[in-house]
Amino acid sequence: MRITVLLFARLRDIAGKSNLDRDLPDGSTARSVWKTLVQDFPEFDSYSEAISTAVNEEYAHMDSKLSDGDEVAFLPPVSGG
Amino acid sequence: MNVIAFVVTTDPLNLDNMVEYVENQLRKAPASAGAIASFLGTVRNENQGRQVEHLEYEAYEPLAVKAFQRIADESTELWPDTHLAVHHRIGRLDVGEASVAIAAASPHRANAFSSCRYAIERIKQIAPIWKHEYFEGGDVWIEGATASPDDETARQTAIRLACV
Repeated sequence: MRITVLLFARLRDIAGKSNLDRDLPDGSTARSVWKTLVQDFPEFDSYSEAISTAVNEEYAHMDSKLSDGDEVAFLPPVSGG
Repeated sequence: MNVIAFVVTTDPLNLDNMVEYVENQLRKAPASAGAIASFLGTVRNENQGRQVEHLEYEAYEPLAVKAFQRIADESTELWPDTHLAVHHRIGRLDVGEASVAIAAASPHRANAFSSCRYAIERIKQIAPIWKHEYFEGGDVWIEGATASPDDETARQTAIRLACV
């Protein structure tokens, strides 16, 4: 299945792009997408404990199961206000 | 006046319009507003000893707007008579400019203050918004809280701060 990944703030800077596609086996979770990102961008690993995620514009858990066409956003620690 | 409650925008914030908006919302309820508390967060000229030149804010906009709605729903559960408006600015902001504006209306002052304070604490905890600080000699992404809306410990902290 094909997943669209959205990256923000320093994650986007590290990756050099704000969105990318991933082809993953059925049953993949947000965490499995994250693991493929860490492989491609080793600097991401320092965020592995602090990251949160959203699927299709709703807060989600890293263990959320994904479906084909889902849009997964990875949110580094936030600093609004 | 065309004001909506929850907004992420590159335009300068207008707190007056938001105050009028929440006042009108409350007027539809049985009790009219006896109190409106507002908060304006502005860009400070220093942070952790650094001389700040300007900030660049970015947001995951659709989720940020939903986060504001969620925070307002939480507030309504805690203080049923309050009405909130939350606007956050993104893009480049110079020192002194407003980055976030909150208006909270209630028949009673205590709930207006509490709702307003709760909103800013929760924004800092969960809203998918990031500030990139440009200071004299460099730049850095500011990274605060892991955005976890179901984290009950964080929520209790916000409630405690709101009720001080």
